Amino acid sequence: MSNQLTATPPPRKAWRVPSYWPFVIPALIVVAGIIVFPWLFTIWMSMHEWKVGAPTTFVGLANYIRLPTDPRFVEAVGHTITYTLLSVILPVIFGTFAAVIFHQKFPFRGFLRGLFIMPMMATPVAVALVWTMMFHPQLGVLNYILSLFGLPAELWVFHPGSVIPSLVMVETWQWTPLVMLIVLGGLSAIPSEPYESARIDGANAWQMFRYITLPLITPFIFVASMIRMIDAVKSFDIIFAITQGGPGSASETINLYLYSVAFVYYDIGYGSAIAVVFFVLIVVLAAIMLYMRQRLHWNQTGGAA
Amino acid sequence: MFKNTLSRRTLLQGTMAAGAMSAGGLGLAPLPALADPQWKKYAGTKLEVLLAKGPRGDNFQKNIKEFTDLTGIVVESEQVPEQQQRQKAVIELASGKPSFDVIHLSYHVQKRQFEKGGWLADLSGFMKDPNLTASDLTESDFSAAGLKYAKDDKGRLLSLPWSVDYFILYYNKEMFEKKNIAVPKTFEEMAAAAEKLTDPAAGTFGFVGRGLRNANMTLWTNFFLNYGGEFLDAKGEILTDGPEAVEATKLYQKLLTKYAPPGVSGFNWMESMASFSQGRSAMWLDGVGWAPPLEDPTASRIVGKVGYAVVPAGPKGQYSATYGDGIGIAAASKNKEAAFLLCQWAVSKKQGARLLQAGGGVPFRNSILNDQEVRSGVKLPKEWVQSVIDSAKISKLGLPVVVPVAEFRDLVGAGVTATLSGGDPAAELKTAHEQFRPILERSEKS
Repeated sequence: MSNQLTATPPPRKAWRVPSYWPFVIPALIVVAGIIVFPWLFTIWMSMHEWKVGAPTTFVGLANYIRLPTDPRFVEAVGHTITYTLLSVILPVIFGTFAAVIFHQKFPFRGFLRGLFIMPMMATPVAVALVWTMMFHPQLGVLNYILSLFGLPAELWVFHPGSVIPSLVMVETWQWTPLVMLIVLGGLSAIPSEPYESARIDGANAWQMFRYITLPLITPFIFVASMIRMIDAVKSFDIIFAITQGGPGSASETINLYLYSVAFVYYDIGYGSAIAVVFFVLIVVLAAIMLYMRQRLHWNQTGGAA
Repeated sequence: MFKNTLSRRTLLQGTMAAGAMSAGGLGLAPLPALADPQWKKYAGTKLEVLLAKGPRGDNFQKNIKEFTDLTGIVVESEQVPEQQQRQKAVIELASGKPSFDVIHLSYHVQKRQFEKGGWLADLSGFMKDPNLTASDLTESDFSAAGLKYAKDDKGRLLSLPWSVDYFILYYNKEMFEKKNIAVPKTFEEMAAAAEKLTDPAAGTFGFVGRGLRNANMTLWTNFFLNYGGEFLDAKGEILTDGPEAVEATKLYQKLLTKYAPPGVSGFNWMESMASFSQGRSAMWLDGVGWAPPLEDPTASRIVGKVGYAVVPAGPKGQYSATYGDGIGIAAASKNKEAAFLLCQWAVSKKQGARLLQAGGGVPFRNSILNDQEVRSGVKLPKEWVQSVIDSAKISKLGLPVVVPVAEFRDLVGAGVTATLSGGDPAAELKTAHEQFRPILERSEKS
């Protein structure tokens, strides 16, 4: 619009309300009401000492200043990052591997694909309850399996050192199929010619995967990683249902801590401050991934040119 | 938190017994006709009640028709799982327009919070009014712990104590007999017995109890109190990092790491009960309300083999950590008198007897506990009743009476749980203490 104005200023037309506005306004109202307003209200609450049942007072940034001195919050950030990293990397590796396998032609492929994506369809809380039973150190099936191989029994989610990897295992089990589906879509879009010429040139299977398949499906892997990352960072149901952040606070992520602060301790102001910081963290993580994706894309085109 | 399971069968048995007894003993009169309040005065009033899910709520809803018949007051009640019920109550009360008139509250979690919010109506005046209060309902009939819970620091009665929860020692008689061990009377004997009864190769352990953060505090405080601990000093400062707490935590750590099933750091009452009721653990310290499922053949393998005793003595005393719930009236309610009649009915002798006989809770009223007729109607073993009566004599509040109880349980509980994976008791308690103190200061200053 500014270009138009500077290029040829319209001689006598005064500015009029564009005719599309009536159509935009309902959407604007909805967005303002359910996205912008709650967001601003959260920021406003985060600047108050706001406890249910007590009068509220404006405290400025005190709630934010309290965050870095709160060891539980600092620990929670660490747990969130570890948990997120692991539960992005593992499903992406396994999911890509599974996609490559399910891309081959073999009997009952459709049926087996359907079977493979079943975990994704299950309710997280139900999944969590079943895994809780499997993790049981005395009666659980996981330790039974270990004993078959002569391995010592593990404490799984009942030890601070192994709780996050164990939870990631559940997360991986449930969300690998999602990565597989996305990557599978990418695989089916690859033309067969590059493979034919590679075969003529004498490339082996690994070389074909490394130099043809992988570069071509990278954009899909990125999309999958992004979705996984956003999901993993906000993961709540599985952790809450299995450990409630325990043992102690060894698996307490920001999300779980936020829940406790706001809905168990009724400290709405401080809870809002955590929510705001948490939101910023998600945006930053997503921005980093987008940036990485763009750089990689640039490399690709640069390499091709 | 404690008693969420109760088999319908035992409940029915208990209630039938209670019904038979009262029909035989008192004729058709619904309540003793000593000096009755004017039950009918508020006929036609409609009351809303928010209950926590559990045996108290069940017992209330099951018999509520009797109250309506007696008074003509219509009661709408709702049972909500405990955690959600607490959230709902706090949010609605804070809004100033609660949807309920009568509220079921957990003293050990909510007492201070409700008092600070000024959310409950003062019942002291109603108690003195013979038109509203039956003559057998007197303050002195409630146990000391109950009154301590129900009254605020100005001595106003803000709720009626409904049901008390003592911690007791459950033990497996068969396992004790096999090793020829006497029931422990002190913590020292308990640790020694636990050691002898532990045989990891056979998958049996000497002791089981809550290890899960937050939940574990209700167990830990039994140790803390019996090592001479006090939660708050005269200035209201929290004292849970002192030498008593360290000694208590050392015992807790020893019992739960050396003599308890693996994974105990994730155990709440449910997992502990599973281990105990499957005959895998020889001793269990927990709330008094678990006897019905332990004596239920469809849920337990140790029916008839369960022994009940009071919490063993520590070096500085013998207390049973006590928790409890009450029933109160929202300060914003417009039907306080009718609501008071309802609260009174809920803690009445008849309702209390039913609760006790079903094992669903222990009334705070001495006149119920000491009534031989009521006692003889209890379907659970006599030892259980005895442990309840003995615990009443050594009862002491099991959690500090402060607003941020949940934070206290989470923070100190996390420290105590950390000792189960090798943390040093003194260091963990100090860390927890330093985290909790500013929270307590912040909550008390406002």
